[in-house]
Amino acid sequence: MAETYRQLREYNNSFNILLVLHVVMIAVGLGAAFYMEHNGHVVTGMNNQIVWGLPHVFAIFLIVSASGALNLASASSVFSKLAYKRFARLSAILAIALLIGGLVVLLLDLGRPDRLIVAMTYYNFKSIFAWNIILYTGFITIVGIYLWTMMDKTVARFNKAAGWGAFIWRIILTTGTGSIFGFLVAREAYDAAIMAPLFISSSFVYGMAFTVWVLITMCQATGHRLITKEVSQKLRELFIIFIAAMLYFTAVHHLTNLYAAEHIGVERYILWSGSVFTYLFWGGHVFIGSILPMLILMKSDLGSSRVGLTSASILMLLGGMAHIYVIVIGGQSYPLSLFPGMEVTSTFQDGVFGNYMPTLPELLLGLAGVSMAMFIVGFALKILPFLPSPVAEDQ
Amino acid sequence: MKIVLIMQKLIMTMLGVAFIGVSLLASVGQASAQPEWMPNPPKAIGGQCDLDPKEMRVKHMTLLDHKRDQTMHDGIRTKKYSLKNCIACHAVKDESNKYVTVKDERHFCRSCHDYAAVRIDCFDCHASRPQDTMNKAAKAAGNPHAKSAGISAIGKPGDRTVATLRKFIAGEVK
Amino acid sequence: MISLKQDQTKVKETKVTSGDEAGRREFLKGSAAALALAPGMTLFAYGEALAKPADQAVSTKSRWGLLIDAAKFSDEDVDACVKACQDENGWSDTGKPLTDPQWIRRVNLKNKKTEEQFSLPMMCQHCAEPPCVDVCPTGASFKRKDGIVLVDKHICIGCRYCMMACPYKARSFVHEHIEDQKEHAPRGIGTVESCTMCVHLVDEGKEPACVKAAPAGAMVFGDLNDKTSKLAQLIKSVATQQVRADLNLDPGVRYRNI
Ligand code: SF4
Ligand code: SF4
Repeated sequence: MAETYRQLREYNNSFNILLVLHVVMIAVGLGAAFYMEHNGHVVTGMNNQIVWGLPHVFAIFLIVSASGALNLASASSVFSKLAYKRFARLSAILAIALLIGGLVVLLLDLGRPDRLIVAMTYYNFKSIFAWNIILYTGFITIVGIYLWTMMDKTVARFNKAAGWGAFIWRIILTTGTGSIFGFLVAREAYDAAIMAPLFISSSFVYGMAFTVWVLITMCQATGHRLITKEVSQKLRELFIIFIAAMLYFTAVHHLTNLYAAEHIGVERYILWSGSVFTYLFWGGHVFIGSILPMLILMKSDLGSSRVGLTSASILMLLGGMAHIYVIVIGGQSYPLSLFPGMEVTSTFQDGVFGNYMPTLPELLLGLAGVSMAMFIVGFALKILPFLPSPVAEDQ
Repeated sequence: MKIVLIMQKLIMTMLGVAFIGVSLLASVGQASAQPEWMPNPPKAIGGQCDLDPKEMRVKHMTLLDHKRDQTMHDGIRTKKYSLKNCIACHAVKDESNKYVTVKDERHFCRSCHDYAAVRIDCFDCHASRPQDTMNKAAKAAGNPHAKSAGISAIGKPGDRTVATLRKFIAGEVK
Repeated sequence: MISLKQDQTKVKETKVTSGDEAGRREFLKGSAAALALAPGMTLFAYGEALAKPADQAVSTKSRWGLLIDAAKFSDEDVDACVKACQDENGWSDTGKPLTDPQWIRRVNLKNKKTEEQFSLPMMCQHCAEPPCVDVCPTGASFKRKDGIVLVDKHICIGCRYCMMACPYKARSFVHEHIEDQKEHAPRGIGTVESCTMCVHLVDEGKEPACVKAAPAGAMVFGDLNDKTSKLAQLIKSVATQQVRADLNLDPGVRYRNI
């Protein structure tokens, strides 16, 4: 085999246009963040009941995807699936980029983003949130080292170890992200240990969807084939397995909640009350994000084609957003039960479903996070040999 | 690529010109031997407190910080280095005999912070003028120095320089 | 270190501890011989505990708490407490109910079975095991040694995780710029706030504002650790409840007649 990886040198204009679009999006998003910080959160849809809004949906979605984006790299170094080795570098850089994108959104939505230095110097080690900050920076470092062992022959012998390290770290990271919710004892929608495996299985789906989408975009930009037919088939099968796993854990999550009498209310609210979350759950997460891509992928020739894989990936990503939205916003919207057995009202939205209408600046900030991730990847591809080299048309 | 290079050169040239311009202006300023333009914070209502101005100019943030943690976490509410007390004593009145908030450039803290271009974070949360607990003597006396506040009071407005600020902080000027 | 002025103020301050064996011991701080209570101190306002000297750190010896008797509150009474808190701490409604600050609120309850209706004041319960403190990434949410749970707004980054974690909806986020705060109750944009149990008054040996505004005996403030305090005695002798006791957070605010 000749060179396995190459730097992005020849590409058509679509790539440049994409990069410019991403830069514009980032600029707009930063403007939106500044606007929100300047005026305070009163200009957003977030309030004292729905304290985490659309920016958090984006941030968590990106962070969860980041860990899943490492799938192909892990498959090659940890599980010795050599067919994926060609995608290992791209997969690793994508993981770093997605994580940075998510963190930027999270940071810019803080009430006091100017206190970043405080966030980094004061740690409460009891806080799962503080641990997550360590997990995130650790992830970037470890995957960075991993990338290095992939690219520098002198340290190549550490590749396997670094691959394992990154693999273990990413599982802990997603567990940590899931636990942000799992630890909220008083929120009925979250109070479940199943949150962690649910997040891990979702991360496989969303991360791989990002990877495949980027790969196919690069096929278009370079005008070359980058994925062999064989690998396309494998990706298709992997997707099916991962979606099935995600659906399984989603089902377990809701079924166990239904089993616990005190959680029936919140389950009813989300699953069949006809609230916006009901539609997002069934229509977004289950139908658009799982069943539809499943149907596409089940058909062997359509599912492994460029069109099939692209549309399935995009559907999974959209469904993923809906999924995280239901978890983050839906869980907050359901009122806390302060006095079981009583009807509760107050001037502070006790006993009523929380209202949340995302505003434009929040959306722009979230999208800027995605653009940030994509721009980092695009830029990295240009300066270092991350891309797999093209394969022949008949492979 | 070419455009980027040209832009780079342009920016570098502009920076260079700006630098030369600023240095020229600075030397002209020095040559004219005017009194330096420096901060002139208003005098405190309660007279000289027993804290050395030199020390306060250099260390006020550290001292306030330390006290803030003691008050916040341990409930230690002595007056020394308490922001509330500093504010009460260093209050400045406007024409209508009202204490100014930090929005007014005559505010004690701003008289120097504006000069040094250091953002004050305190008053996002803290009251920047005295209220009920203001010390009574001060209330009666008013503040005769209100109008002397501001950064333009000593010398002619000119460039703010780090050297002048250093001198001020070191207490070489009263 | 301590200036002359400081010494003079200290002369006025006394420390009175409620000892279990020796009864009440009083001793002077500083070298002055005169003994006088600082003005505004009410000696028997709530049991034996008294203001600590200003220069002394709070300790775990006390744990401040409240007992709220729902049966003694009409809607108007609760509103009076809310108003008192607003006046004392400088927060108010601005006509935006979703984002307005909320340190204490009136919760209206209706028993689904008996249809009995009543209301009570609800605020930070000053939990002994506060989830808000556990989750706070920077340690801005903290519990003072004497059990009062506060937000150190100097290091709060406004992540709102504590609001997610609090089972009592006790916290609110400052959504906009505010001016002319009370000098004893700093609060500002981008940080989270909640009932401070009027810590500035408690440190002076006074009662929280809501307690003062409540009908006689409807709200009792005191030291849960001091077995001789009125509060501790009441809790020992009458049936009291903790809201969401199932969560085992051991709130410092207790209720009666819910
Ligand atoms: S009531 Fe809420 S804010 Fe208050 S201490 Fe308990 S968890 Fe924290
Ligand atoms: S909002 Fe502030 S107090 Fe609450 S958890 Fe975040 S940093 Fe801590």
